[in-house]
Parts: sequence; C-alpha cells; structure tokens
Amino acid sequence: MAKTIQEINEKIRRGRAVVCTAEEVIQIAKSKGAKQAAAEVDVVTTGTFAPMCSSGAYFNVGHSKPRIKLGGGTVTLNDVPVYTGFAAVDFFLGATAVPDTDPRNTIYPGKFSYGGGHLIEDLVAGKDVQLIARAYGTDCYPRRKLETWIRLEDMNEAVLFNMRNCYQNYNVAVNLSDRLIYTYMGVLQPNMRNATYCSAGQLSPLLNDPFYRTIGIGTRIFLGGGIGYVVGNGTQHNPSVPRTAKGIPRMGAGTLAVTGSLKQMSARWLRGASFTGYGVTLAVGIGIPIPILDEDMLLYTAVTDADIVAQVVDYSEAYPHYTSGNLAEVSYAELKSGSITVNGKKVPSAGLSSYVRAREIAEILKSWLEKGSFLLTEPAETLVSADSEVEFKPLQERPILNNNRVAAS
Amino acid sequence: MAKKRLVLNFPPQLIDQPVTYRLITQYQLEVNILRASITPREWGRLVVEVTGSKENLDSGLKFASNLGVEIKPLAQDVQWYQERCIECTACTAICPTGALQLSREEMRVSFDHDKCIVCGLCLPICPYGAVEIMF
Ligand code: SF4
Ligand code: SF4
Repeated sequence: MAKTIQEINEKIRRGRAVVCTAEEVIQIAKSKGAKQAAAEVDVVTTGTFAPMCSSGAYFNVGHSKPRIKLGGGTVTLNDVPVYTGFAAVDFFLGATAVPDTDPRNTIYPGKFSYGGGHLIEDLVAGKDVQLIARAYGTDCYPRRKLETWIRLEDMNEAVLFNMRNCYQNYNVAVNLSDRLIYTYMGVLQPNMRNATYCSAGQLSPLLNDPFYRTIGIGTRIFLGGGIGYVVGNGTQHNPSVPRTAKGIPRMGAGTLAVTGSLKQMSARWLRGASFTGYGVTLAVGIGIPIPILDEDMLLYTAVTDADIVAQVVDYSEAYPHYTSGNLAEVSYAELKSGSITVNGKKVPSAGLSSYVRAREIAEILKSWLEKGSFLLTEPAETLVSADSEVEFKPLQERPILNNNRVAAS
Repeated sequence: MAKKRLVLNFPPQLIDQPVTYRLITQYQLEVNILRASITPREWGRLVVEVTGSKENLDSGLKFASNLGVEIKPLAQDVQWYQERCIECTACTAICPTGALQLSREEMRVSFDHDKCIVCGLCLPICPYGAVEIMF
C-alpha cells in the first residue's frame, strides 16, 4: 500500500507518525518482513557527521559609517581570508581557507591549526572574531580601512552553503609506499599498515535512498544542528557508477549541495578540523528524513553495512596520479570490524566519519518528527540518477602557448 | 602501595647491568616498561611505571641513582578531551597500547590514561585537537 508525502505529513502534524532511524529499521524489516514494515513505518531518519572540504558560508555584515566597499578589496576574519568579489558588504568564506601567515606545508607536515572551518565553528559558538578590511575607496563608498570585532548575531545574514556534501559512498584509503603520507583521508602508515574510510554506511543519507527517489531540490534536512535545505546535486555528483544488485553504488557517487542559516546552527554539529600535512576542513552534521512511500523505499532503508561495499585505493601513487586500479572491494561491516584484507594482508581499519554522531543526528531528527515540529517536503525536482548517463570528467589540459590569445581548436 | 611514572636515563657504562632486574628482585618493585630506547655505548632511556611499597620504592630508586642512573618524573602526560572528540575512531587503529579504545558494538571511543605510554602517535592523527601532550 503506497503512501504519499502529504499523508505522512498529516500523521506527523497529529503526532501519529511512526518514525525510526536507519539503524532501527533494519531490525524492524527483519522481524516483520518488508511488506508489513513498509505499512507501519512512515519515516526513516538518517545521519552523517564527517569532514567535507567543499563547505563554506556567505555573510552580509551590514554597512559601516562611512560606508566601505569590501567588494574587490581584501577582508580577513581572524586572519582567515574571505572571497570579496561581490557587492559592498557581502563575502564568502571557504572551509579550507587558512591565514596568509600559516606556514602551510613549508614546515612539513603542516599543522593547519586554524582556518575557515574553525572560524565557522567559532562564529556559530557565538564568539567574537576580528574583521580586518582594506578597500580602494569610491565616491559612494569612501572608506578604505575597517577593523572591528564582530559576531554572528550582529550580521544581517550568515548562511552555510556547501557546494558538495553527503557523499553517497567513498574510497577506503591505504598507502602502498614505504613512507608515511598525510592526506585528506588522514595519516596513512607505510606498507599498508592502516586503512581509513569515511562514511556512516547504513546510517548515511544517500545510501538509504540510492536512486534519489525522495531526496531532491528543496528537501528539508537537519543541517549543522538547525534546519537546512538541499539546493540541488552537489558538485561531482556521479550517479552512473557501478552498483550492487540492490542498487548501492560501489564507490563515491551522488552528492548534495545544501544550505541553511548559520544563526540556528550549533558548534556541536559544525566542527573545524585540522588534517596534518593536508589542511583545514569542516565536519558537518547532516540528517535527512526518508519517507517510506512503498515497500521499495523500506527495502532501501533497511540496507546494512554488510550490503555496502567500497573500493580500497592507494593514496601514495594511484590517487595522486589519477591512475585506475583499485586494490580490493570491502564492506562497511568489515571496515567497522577493525580490519580488512587487502592483497592477502590484514590491515587495521579506522574511520574519519563519526558513526556515533551519525546515530545521534538520526535520533534528533526522529524526535523532531515525532514532536511534529519538522515536516517532510516534496522535492521540487529530483536529482539526476543512475540512468542519466552523467559523466564524471577529468580535466582535459590544453597547453597555452606563448603569446596565444585565442585557444587553438 | 605507591606508583610512579619515571624516566630513567642510563649512562653508557650501566647499560649492560641488570638494574631493573635488581629493582624487581631486591626491592619487590613491579616495573612496567612503557618505552625503551637503548643503543650500545650510548645513553639508554627507559620510561617506566614502578609500583611497590613506599619504602621499597624510595630505597630502590636510591639504589639506582647511587649507581648513576638519572631519574626524573615523567613530566609529559597525554590529555584526552572528551568534549572535543567526535568519536571518528581514526586514532584507535594507531594507538599501540589500546589507551585510545573503541567499543565496536557501539562504535564509542574512550581513553584509558593508565595504558597511555605517551608515544605521541595519536597527536598528528586527531583532526579535532582532542588529544594533547602536556609538559
Ligand atoms: S600517546 Fe596516544 S597513541 Fe600513544 S599510547 Fe598514548 S593515547 Fe595511545
Ligand atoms: S582521532 Fe580525535 S576525534 Fe577521532 S576518535 Fe580519536 S580522539 Fe576522538
């Protein structure tokens, strides 16, 4: 018996909806069978809390007296540079930005102790930060210098905008070389002495709706502790990868672009992260409710870590040089057991994505739905899916010859 | 019972002498070696946790120091800040002693201070500054 989102919302409003987490639904499906479970369960909540570099935020800080045109000038917040190529007092901050004074990797491996991700965390925590700006001055915006303390509540707008988040699946990283390497997948020991993975597996949003049937443009979500929305597919959305018989992508596939006001978010769910030798990033908490429209949706949400596989990739050679050749395919059940087997060798595995926090997000979202304070949305448009023939293109380099002003065709 | 975490520096002439053996047998001290770096003909360094009665501990350490062993309290200590830890589990595959530990059933991370040998391996691993070495 199929249900509509409107029908489910009616139940949520009346406090009658049956909501469970993506972990709980596994047991329910097992004990009651998919058909019965699909009839009983209305919504399954998912969650993920993991670093995502393509995160950022835009701000409007209000006009100073006299006015200043930050657009085209330079602005730093706590020494972290922001992008000012907009109007007078709008700017964009990227999670990976670091102060110009940070030694980066000149002292290898760099510590990257403070950057855009930490700044977002500080702002959301209500801390005062230093805004320092230089501008070129115009007749309408005469001021050329501005130095002030500022905090989130003083700003007109402060909006988290992540152009890519919520990766549907991801690589498992190892290091085949004989030296320690520092990557965005963490510190990788030589000769494959550890492996890292980064997904909440069975709790992860897009692994519970593998063909994006219910998650699309406009979907209301838990974002950073507050409420946010899916804006569209994220960058590098790549739905046409090989999938398992149950439709689960065997590698990185779909992604989401998401947004929401920072003013209602919390530092527990937006955490600056320093990856030694790599850089700064932001860990973002996301939770997405999945309406159980029919038995198929129930089966998708009942996916377990044993059903989800990922590719083991060498980050010393294959990844940096963009050459193919995956070393093995392993399941999240294996990864979470603490060791995987690659080329006959037992390799200790550890995560970068917090399963405990993912579970907490799914629980919070569940409580919002049960209280009736959070309603589901019908996507304005669904995301392109496995049948779209969307291609994931590498960059085709075309050399620019001396003095050429027009590209050779 | 008294317990001390100490750094023992052995001058070259003492390296091949059974100092720890005598601490154990003569003074009934429990000597738990946390870290060791010993190179022949050079200074050797042991990081130990010594347990015994206060009396035995004092006289045993006096005996070692009379032999020429330099004894210093282990000044470094590792602190784990639970509120900063997001339980990503990254450090648990690296920690050699299981001081940073993962309960797999729940995927929860915890820290057992007594097991930590202050090797520092977890420091560059944790992206959230949840472990710190204090001097
Ligand atoms: S310093 Fe870190 S890695 Fe080393 S034993 Fe202590 S907790 Fe484990
Ligand atoms: S690496 Fe840091 S945040 Fe992750 S589990 Fe270890 S202490 Fe916690």
